[in-house]
Amino acid sequence: MIAYILGLADDALILAQRLGEWVSRAPELEEDIALANIGLDLLGQARGLYSYAGAVEGAGRAEDDFAYLREEREFRNCLLVEQPNGDFADTIARQVLFSAYQFELYQALAAGADAGLAAVAAKAVKEVAYHVDHAAGWAIRLGDGTDESHTRMQRGLDRIWPFTAELFDPVPAAPVDPAGLRPNWATTIDLVLAQATLTRPDVPAHPGGGRDGRHTEHFGYLLAELQYLHRVHPGATW
Amino acid sequence: MTAAGPGELAVGGGRAELRELVGRVPDPEIPVLTIADLGVLRDVAVDDRGCVVVTITPTYSGCPAMDAIRADIKAVLAEHGHPDATVRTVLAPAWSTDWITPAGRAALAEYGIAPPGPRPPGPVVVQIGRSNATVRCPRCGSPDTRQTSRFGSTACKSLHTCASCLEPFDHFKAI
Repeated sequence: MIAYILGLADDALILAQRLGEWVSRAPELEEDIALANIGLDLLGQARGLYSYAGAVEGAGRAEDDFAYLREEREFRNCLLVEQPNGDFADTIARQVLFSAYQFELYQALAAGADAGLAAVAAKAVKEVAYHVDHAAGWAIRLGDGTDESHTRMQRGLDRIWPFTAELFDPVPAAPVDPAGLRPNWATTIDLVLAQATLTRPDVPAHPGGGRDGRHTEHFGYLLAELQYLHRVHPGATW
Repeated sequence: MTAAGPGELAVGGGRAELRELVGRVPDPEIPVLTIADLGVLRDVAVDDRGCVVVTITPTYSGCPAMDAIRADIKAVLAEHGHPDATVRTVLAPAWSTDWITPAGRAALAEYGIAPPGPRPPGPVVVQIGRSNATVRCPRCGSPDTRQTSRFGSTACKSLHTCASCLEPFDHFKAI
């Protein structure tokens, strides 16, 4: 169960870190603020989940211990969230695909038997509904935009798509069956793709491994940046 | 019992007085709102040892104002003879803009922030490409406004512009 909760928390933390990389670099000021705020929501969700994981574990580990003092192989996030930002279309592809999954997941957890997860999820699902709407809006604008924006949005989708398979793989002790989230997720995505005049990619799935701590080559760099300050100044707070 | 004014609260004052005292703490990001107006203050109690225990809930999961609110609550209680007060945070039930009081809504509009409309009833849904509900300009009241940014000065707000008086304004999003 700890591993499952950490998987949820790590997904949120790592995507928040990726979105933070956009600060001061987004195509326009409004989008800079949007991506930072979405990252902030995810960071808040991660904190709630790490606190809960610490309470369930009962070994005295707190949020910072989980975020800053675990090594690469101990992180349980899916590979999708650690993929590099790429261009804006790559980021939007990642946001649409992940937010739509996270929305279904939190809906299910909010209605589930685990009170700790339900509390975090019932709150977060309202935030994530807005994330889906925001990303879908951009996917539609880019996909149904110019030839150039359409080409790049489709390319972003093709790049990220192989990592979606892992989202629905079975996870031990999961209170929600990941495979059961797929039909509603697919409905949302198909709706967006149709409006965006994009094609559902026909590409082979990546084998995954993130839930077991086997990450892509990008992850070590991300973690080094995320953990650097805390490791140089142990116990630093601000 | 007569209501005590600010600074007149006796040490170990009753629960209602404590709640009123704590409820007057302003939101650090929208200082015209109190935490009671905002619906963030959930409970004020006194435990077995006589210590005040305040329960608050965040608006958004990542709301960065929570630390400041916690510190402000402790400071005001310490000033009024309760140095041992604790502040605990709960997530459930999830905060909703429906909890903002009528006084809070009026204060928001007066401050230039369009207050949230009612949250849609029923479960949270995703509507792709939905049209935004009409947001009235808090300055001139015109319904002829458009959204210019999905997020405003904080995560809980979006940015709009009024086509009648041409002023930009923040809108508190209904969640």
